[in-house]
Amino acid sequence: MAALRIFLTMCRRPSVAVALAFIVIVVVASLLAPWIAPYDPNEQFFEGLTLEGAPLPPNATYWLGTDLLGRDLFSRIVYGARTSLIIGIVANGIAVVIGTLVGITAGFVRGWLGMALMRLTDLMMAFPALLLAIALAAILSPSLWIVALVIAMVNWVQVARVIYSETISIAAREFVAVERTIGASSLRILFSHLLPHLVPTILVWATLGISTTVLLEATLSFLGIGVQPPLPSWGNIIFESQSYFTSASWLVLFPGVAIVALSLSFNLVGDALRDELDPTLKGRR
Amino acid sequence: MIWFITKRIAYAMLILLGVSFITYLLLYLIPADPARQIAGRSATAEVVANIRHQLGLDLPFYQQYLRYLGNLLQGDLGRSYVQRSEVAALIGSRLGATLQLMAAGIACELVIGIALGMLAALKRDSAIDRLLMAFSFIGVSSPHFIAAMLLLYVFAVKLAWFPMGGYGGVSHLLLPAITLGLLGSGWYSRMVRSSMIEVLHQDFIRTARAKGLTRARVILRHVLPNAITPVIPMIGIDIGIFMGGLVVVESVFGWPGIGQLAWQAIQQVDIPVIVGVTTVSAVAIIVGNLLADLIIPFIDPRIDIRKS
Repeated sequence: MAALRIFLTMCRRPSVAVALAFIVIVVVASLLAPWIAPYDPNEQFFEGLTLEGAPLPPNATYWLGTDLLGRDLFSRIVYGARTSLIIGIVANGIAVVIGTLVGITAGFVRGWLGMALMRLTDLMMAFPALLLAIALAAILSPSLWIVALVIAMVNWVQVARVIYSETISIAAREFVAVERTIGASSLRILFSHLLPHLVPTILVWATLGISTTVLLEATLSFLGIGVQPPLPSWGNIIFESQSYFTSASWLVLFPGVAIVALSLSFNLVGDALRDELDPTLKGRR
Repeated sequence: MIWFITKRIAYAMLILLGVSFITYLLLYLIPADPARQIAGRSATAEVVANIRHQLGLDLPFYQQYLRYLGNLLQGDLGRSYVQRSEVAALIGSRLGATLQLMAAGIACELVIGIALGMLAALKRDSAIDRLLMAFSFIGVSSPHFIAAMLLLYVFAVKLAWFPMGGYGGVSHLLLPAITLGLLGSGWYSRMVRSSMIEVLHQDFIRTARAKGLTRARVILRHVLPNAITPVIPMIGIDIGIFMGGLVVVESVFGWPGIGQLAWQAIQQVDIPVIVGVTTVSAVAIIVGNLLADLIIPFIDPRIDIRKS
């Protein structure tokens, strides 16, 4: 019931309601892509290009126009939603799991292992995330899963730092000390006290992180080391058509809008979740 | 004080050592066979073995790493597979252009971020505040390549106010710097807004107003200096995000800096160049954070360095 109440309060903000609606649209589009997309995303239509071989602007047959090979842009964007969401969820899921494990270990178990893990996160913070991802992707020769893995490898650091400081502050509270004095084991404290208190933070970062992940995937694909064509992704649609964007601006505009809208939506929802779930923020905005 | 500075510098050195180890892994351990990549596909086994010996790949692991570290300390970042020249020389020849764009971009970020954050805080909860915060949200949710292409399309192609890109004077510099500034300003404006709201509610501000100072004077002399102190450590952290944006913005605008070098290296799978740029950026981030940490106690005497 609490979850439903939070959900309803969040929806009262118009921006969050729109963001949630857009996320639902993207999820539905990626699940039902074969039924929603009017054409096969990889089919090159003969009539999809002008006589000179240029792509067609948006029209009645091809709603968002066609790309350089005469493929339907709308269908490619619908299938591209799949790529973005899969990477967003898988990569960010891995990042949140690694980050949570590292953060809890460093904050609760501490000892030399905790020290080493925090020094490792400090070290990872010294690298620009995009450049490290570029280096890894270039070395590992990209595929859908490698891209997800690479993004997870650079994105867990943020989560680890947040969970670490949260764990430390929760573990220092009195109820944890009380549990210890009545003889609760560390494992019991971890699972029945620490983790439930961490759930809100984890949830917020699981949402905000998807936004970062979507941007990183789009950027890697735009640079040509993300998702590889012909598998459509919003980033690689722009990568393929970037040199024509002055004459065929729709090829950049539509996938671009989709990327910004999805990333913005997850940011808005994550931000609203944080406001709802973090009691210390109440009334401070 | 001296103890704090020594400790902070020693820690930065330790992190640099860690950075060198990771870049070493990226260069020599993860790729299938670096010697084969350098030699090319048609090379004979003898040539490959020769290169392996030259690179020291036949040595034990720790010796290889020490050798790499020694080279690094002398400013040797290895050789490009494709361009057949020193990575350090390639980066060095482009560093000037990048520093130029960085300076202009960070200046844009700060000016836009602080101005919008101030405005939003002073007009708190008004339509302007909501609009500005929505703008900052869109800024942090947009990838650099989309913003760069959009600005290029509107201001260079359609309006023709700026050149289509390339290296040159202020007119060439302005558009990429504004792109970086607009996208990066989101974090700053949100931060300045909230810290300014906090300062505005403090007693000494009420006192300043009560003793008859004008609103403008109170804001410029008393609120602003206190509200922008949290921005300084932020610049250190921001350099990391900024360097990533630089790769994209330089490649879209054809600005001949190390970002564009990295982009060209990506297209040719020239790993030593990519790793070289990564190394240089990591050093920039560490030095940036170190400087921010060392400067802040002088600017804000309330920060007690013995505690940190």
